[in-house]
Amino acid sequence: MKAKHQRLVLALVALFALIGAGLLAASALRDEAAYFYAPADVRAKGVEEGKAIRLGGMVVKGSLKRAADGVTLHFDVTDGKATVPAVFKGIAPDLFKEGSGVVAEGAFDGAGTFVATNLLAKHDERYMPRELEGLQYNETTHEMKAGQ
Amino acid sequence: MIAEAGLVALWLAAALAFLQLGLVAFGLAGKKSELLEAVRPVAVAQGALTTIAFTALIALFMRSDMSVLLVANNSHSMKPWLYKFAGTWGNHEGSMLLWVTVMGVAGAAVALFERALRRDTHMATLGGQAAISLGFYAFLLFASNPFARINPPAADGQGLNPLLQDPGLAFHPPTLYLGYVGLSVAFSFAIGALLTRQVDASFARAMRPWVLAAWILLTLGITAGSYWAYYELGWGGWWFWDPVENASLMPWLAATALLHSVTVLATRDALRAWTVMLAVIAFSMSMVGTFLVRSGILTSVHAFAVDPERGSFILVLLGIYIGGALALFGWRVGAVREGAPFELVSRETMLVVNNLLLSVILGLVLIGTLYPLLTEAFGHKVSVGAPYFDRIAGPIALILMIVMAAGPLTRWRRDNLAEVGRRLIVPAVIAMIAFAAVAILAWGRIGVLPFLGLVIALAVAAGSVAPLWKRNLRRTPLFTWGMVVAHLGCAVSLAGMACDSAFTVEKLAAVRPGDVVEAAGWKLRLTRIVPIAGDNWTALQADMEASRNGGPPVMLHPQSRFFPSPPTTTTEAALLTRWNGQLYVVLGQEADQGRWQLRVWWKPFVTLIWFGGALVALGGALALVGRERRGWLLKWRGKAAVA
Repeated sequence: MKAKHQRLVLALVALFALIGAGLLAASALRDEAAYFYAPADVRAKGVEEGKAIRLGGMVVKGSLKRAADGVTLHFDVTDGKATVPAVFKGIAPDLFKEGSGVVAEGAFDGAGTFVATNLLAKHDERYMPRELEGLQYNETTHEMKAGQ
Repeated sequence: MIAEAGLVALWLAAALAFLQLGLVAFGLAGKKSELLEAVRPVAVAQGALTTIAFTALIALFMRSDMSVLLVANNSHSMKPWLYKFAGTWGNHEGSMLLWVTVMGVAGAAVALFERALRRDTHMATLGGQAAISLGFYAFLLFASNPFARINPPAADGQGLNPLLQDPGLAFHPPTLYLGYVGLSVAFSFAIGALLTRQVDASFARAMRPWVLAAWILLTLGITAGSYWAYYELGWGGWWFWDPVENASLMPWLAATALLHSVTVLATRDALRAWTVMLAVIAFSMSMVGTFLVRSGILTSVHAFAVDPERGSFILVLLGIYIGGALALFGWRVGAVREGAPFELVSRETMLVVNNLLLSVILGLVLIGTLYPLLTEAFGHKVSVGAPYFDRIAGPIALILMIVMAAGPLTRWRRDNLAEVGRRLIVPAVIAMIAFAAVAILAWGRIGVLPFLGLVIALAVAAGSVAPLWKRNLRRTPLFTWGMVVAHLGCAVSLAGMACDSAFTVEKLAAVRPGDVVEAAGWKLRLTRIVPIAGDNWTALQADMEASRNGGPPVMLHPQSRFFPSPPTTTTEAALLTRWNGQLYVVLGQEADQGRWQLRVWWKPFVTLIWFGGALVALGGALALVGRERRGWLLKWRGKAAVA
C-alpha cells in the first residue's frame, strides 16, 4: 500500500466504524432503554407487555401483602391519578414501605400486573432515585403530587 | 491551625502551578534557558505542597476536628480510625483534593524521573500539566474548599455513608485516582509533543512507561472496585453498568487502546497522530467521568454532592481543556509527518483493529451513559442499564478477544496470512474442542454470549501463551512475559464472567431457625438469628452452617447492619470461597413470625474475574519493569564503556 494512501484508508475505516457504532447504539437504545412511567402514564399511553420500563410512584397504604412463601410481595403503586398492581420476588430494600416512594424496574405481564425485578427505594435523606425527587405524598388524602 | 496550613499550602501550590506555566511559556517562546532551569524544581515543590495539603486534611479527619465543615459533614468521632482516615476522600471536597494531589505528585515525578524525553518537549509537558492543574486548583479553592471552618464547631459529625465504611475505601479510590488522574501525564505529554512538533518514536518510548503505570493502577482500581461492589452491595453482581463504573471504564478503554498504539509508535513509528489523539481522549474521559460523578446530575452512591454550580464549573473546565487540546491537535496535526507504512497483514494492522474495537466500545458506552441526560433535556426520563451495555459491549469484546489471540502471533510490518494461520492452529483446535465440550455439557442451558465467552476464553488462553512457544523462556524478555500474562489475565477474567453468568445457581427462601436451604449441592442450615453490636453499628446476624455434598460444615454469618449516623441499613453478605467457586449468602428481612428471608448464590469460578484482573495488572507491571530495566542496563553499560 502506498504510504500516502495509508492515512486516508485508516481514516475511512475509522469513519465506517464510527457510523456502524452509531447505528448499533441507536438500535440497541431503541430496544433496551427503559423509559420511566408513572401509573398515570401507563393508563394514558399503555405499555407493551414484556417491555422493560421503570415504574415510579408511591406504595399505596394498606396494599403491601406478603405471599405465603415469605419472599413474594404484592403491592399497588400510585401517583395519585392512577394505580397499578405490582409484584416483586426478592429481598426488598429496607426503606421500601407503604406510603414511601419507589422506583421499580421490570415489565408488565399479560394480566396487567407489573413484575418488578428490582426495587429502588430511597436510601436515606441523601440518596434517592432521581425520578422521585420532589414528589410529595399527602398522608391524609393519600394523594401524590409532583412538587419542586 | 492545621486547616489554615492546609489551605495556605493549597494556595501556594496553585501559585507555583501558575509560575510553572509562565516559566515554560516564556522560556520556550523566548528561548530563555535560565527560565526553563527553574521549571523542574517548581514542579517538585508544587507536588510537595499538594501532599502537605492532603496530609493536613487527613490529620483533621483523624483528629475529628468538628470546627471544619467537611469533617463535621462527613465524619463522626465514634468511627473506627480506618474510616476516619479513608473517609478523607469519601466525600466531594476530599476526593477533589486527592485529585489535585495526584496531579501535583505526578507532575513532580515527571520533573524528577523523566530523562528520555527531549528537553523542550519535557518542559512543554510540565507546562501542560501545570495548565490542567490550575483549573482544578481553582475548582477546589473557589467552589469546593475542603478546609472551610464553621463557627461554632459542630457537637459531632454526621458520619460517613455506611456503604463506604469498609476496608475497600482505603484501597479502591486512591488506586483508581492514581490511574485515572495519572492519565493527565499522557495528556500533558501529548500537549507537549504537539507544541514542540515532536511526535515520533522516541517521544512514544518516553511516554510509554507513564501510560503503563497509570493503566496498571487503573486496572487494579477497577478490579478492586468491582469486587468491593460485589461483596458490599449484597446483590450478587460484579458489574452494574452504573454511570460511575462507566466513568472509570471509559478512561480504561482509552488507556488500553493508547497502550497498544503507543507501542506501535515506539516500535514502528506509525500511528503518530492517532496516538496523540488517544492520549488526549484518555484523560478527557477521566474528566468527563468526574463531571458526571461530581456534578450530581447522575445519582449514585458515588455522587456525594448535588450542586449545579459545581457541575457547571467542571463543565467549563471540561470545555476549556478538551476543547483546547482538540483545537491544538487540529492546528498541529498537519505538522505531524506521516508515520512508517505497513502491510495489510501485520502486527500493526492487528493493533489498529484492537484500537478500533476498543474505541467503538468506548463510544457505545459513552453514548449509553449520556443518553439519559440527552433525553431528559427533551422531557423523557429514561434509564439505560445492563441490557443495553451487555448487548453492545459483549459481542464486540468477544471479537476483540479473538484479535488479541492473533495479534501477538503476527509479525511487525509484513506477514503472510497462511503463516499466521499456521501459528493459530493450536488455539483454533482448542477452540473447537472447547466448543464441543461446552456444547455437550451445557447445550441449551446457557445463553449464546456465555457459551461463546467460555469457548473464546479457552482458545485465547492458549493463544496468549503461544508467543512463548519454542522460545528459550529464560531469554524471553520480561516485557514479552508481561504481554503474555496480561493477555492470559483477560482470558481468565472472561472465563470467570462466562461461568458466573452461565452456571450461577440462585435460591431465595424464607426459613425458620433449624430449616435447611439447598442450592447446587450445598446444604445451608439456619441455626439462629442473633443481635450483635460493632463499633458504630448494630446488626442482626444469621448463624448458619453450610456443607457441600456431606462434607464438613462451615459457619457463615451474613448480617443486616444498622448504622445510626447517618441512619442507614446495609447488608453484609457472607462469602465462602472454594477453588471452584463462591457461596454468597445474604440475610433479608423477617418475613413473618420467625421466618427470615435468605438469598443464596453458588457462583462457579466467579473469583476468576478478579484474579484475571489482577493478572492483567501484573502483566502490565512486568512489562513496565522489563522496559525500564533494559533502559537502566543500557545506561549502565554505556557509562561503563565510557569509563
